[in-house]
Amino acid sequence: MAGGHGLALKRPSAIPGFGLALGFTLTYLSLIVLIPLAALMFKTASLGFSGFWEIVTAPRTLAALRVSFVISFIAASINVVFGVIVAWVLIRYRFPGRRLLDAFVDLPFALPTAVAGIALTAIYARNGWLGALLDPFGIKIAYTPWGIGVALVFIGLPFVVRTVQPVLEDFEREIEEAAASLGASRRQTVFRVMLPALMPAILTGFALAFARAVGEYGSVIFIAGNIPFVSEIAPLLIVIRLEEFNYAQATAIAAAMLMIAFTVIFLINLIQAWQRRRFAP
Amino acid sequence: MDARVLIEGNDPVALPDGGPLPHWDKTVDVSVETVVKTFGTTPALHGVSLDIAAGELVALLGPSGSGKTTLLRILAGLDVPTSGRVLFDGEDALKLTVPERNVGLVFQSYALFRHMTVLENIGFGLHVRPWSRRPRRRDIRRRALELLDLVQLSGLEKRYPSQLSGGQRQRVAFARALAIEPRVLLLDEPFGALDAKVRRELRRWLREIHDKTGHTTVFVTHDQEEALELADRVVVMSEGRIEQVGTPDEIYDRPNSPFVFSFIGESSGLPVRVEGGGVWLDERPLDLAAGDTPDGPATLFFRPHDVEIGHESAGAIPVVVQGLRRHGGARRLDLEISGRRDRIEIDLPAGDWLNVSGRISVRPRRYRLFPASG
Repeated sequence: MAGGHGLALKRPSAIPGFGLALGFTLTYLSLIVLIPLAALMFKTASLGFSGFWEIVTAPRTLAALRVSFVISFIAASINVVFGVIVAWVLIRYRFPGRRLLDAFVDLPFALPTAVAGIALTAIYARNGWLGALLDPFGIKIAYTPWGIGVALVFIGLPFVVRTVQPVLEDFEREIEEAAASLGASRRQTVFRVMLPALMPAILTGFALAFARAVGEYGSVIFIAGNIPFVSEIAPLLIVIRLEEFNYAQATAIAAAMLMIAFTVIFLINLIQAWQRRRFAP
Repeated sequence: MDARVLIEGNDPVALPDGGPLPHWDKTVDVSVETVVKTFGTTPALHGVSLDIAAGELVALLGPSGSGKTTLLRILAGLDVPTSGRVLFDGEDALKLTVPERNVGLVFQSYALFRHMTVLENIGFGLHVRPWSRRPRRRDIRRRALELLDLVQLSGLEKRYPSQLSGGQRQRVAFARALAIEPRVLLLDEPFGALDAKVRRELRRWLREIHDKTGHTTVFVTHDQEEALELADRVVVMSEGRIEQVGTPDEIYDRPNSPFVFSFIGESSGLPVRVEGGGVWLDERPLDLAAGDTPDGPATLFFRPHDVEIGHESAGAIPVVVQGLRRHGGARRLDLEISGRRDRIEIDLPAGDWLNVSGRISVRPRRYRLFPASG
């Protein structure tokens, strides 16, 4: 890691414009990200710590936070497995319709999330195409936490595919050939050589899919059923509090989400930094 | 365990540090029989045949597109020939998959595993063996450390490839290939990505390693200096065919085709005519023997240092001095053939440096005549 440079912001460089670029970046980030978040924190602070703690540890809030983060985590994990497989197939195989399939991956990006939520609900409801098939087995997807999972997997998939795809595309053929020549079976080559090398990209995809899932609102509220303590997500609870004009509570929940999300993403970044330090190209 | 490496047909060679290296599997001889390879409709190899003796160090030398890398990849099993056979010790190698073939491969790009330490890279081939043949963890580690010592990188076992220089990475790639006790070592432009100085060092180092371990080794290069200095035999390839196979001396001193003569070393080629056992430059008879070159147009090849110069005389090639430059330890003369546009270059030893200018004549001491094709 680059340590020991201290806070020397002004360093001689062959590339001019450091001051300008940094100034612009800081201003822009402040306007777009930091100031709104600071306002959020400020509003929360008006509650005082005990007020904040009381709201955040209220059983309904805790349940909503748990639903949001646990299901987001599971959905992002599922996306990692299947996203990597999708990226693999799109990069490694040539088949008719590959480009079309490639374009489909972006659909969850483009589709309004409410539309996605309504479509998923229609399919997984008891009288929907898939819901009707699953119902005889007693499996209910729509209006349960499972439904939340389905929606979050749907919206998170492109993040994993699109981060892993370019890295896999650039993966040196010779590394695979070297592994094979050393006696590794195909499975050993994939699991011991290729996946570890793809790990930084996979982690980035995971972090993006997770962050997106935690913040997702539009698609989830249609399919979740929104039963408090069971399938009520934290963003929905915030909206409910807002509709009650209970702004302080809404911001408190938001601040709690923000802190948890920041911690998780920060941890993922730490893992990535550790990996980079080990085997930077 | 015997602290020597046993190589069939050679005397046992002691390792420099006397450290015990597990016995190498016996290395094999390699036969390539009329191998043809086409990519789609593009032919890459036109029926190539080659025999490589066990323990030999052979260079595949040629310009890019000559098929040398394709041949190496076929030996490794990474490409499958369209027709023809590849035999390792008389056994059909084409029936074996890449992992079964047990060849040590080293690429120009090193192809090291970035997420593994040097030691893990070297031990990889032993770690992935099936249970029944996998050495114990401790033995793999010991073996990898010994190989690290062999490639003179002791102490770097905990580094990651990104923390090594190019030359060090290439040596790790070597050790990794040696760890699996390969039957054949195949090197694809092994020093291509390194700067000239490191390249020369590694060349000598490779020769030493080869002499110690005695693996049958085939390496691809487009650097003739590397091929001539390093190899027991050189295979010169061009456009999917083998032009000549021979020791470096044979290749350099007795090239058997205009291609080899102009590709290996420096040379001048002069269009002449052979008539009745004599060699004619336009209407001037040259004092050279045509040997068994058939009558008709031909090309006279000679090397810059195989030429003697004199005053204008009958039977020699009349030239006009165009320039004189320094060329390593010698002086190089740029000459234009009188009455023609052809230019040739010859070397003068620095000591005999004369003030040559104007019209002189030159006579090749050693030369080859090839009938002009087409």
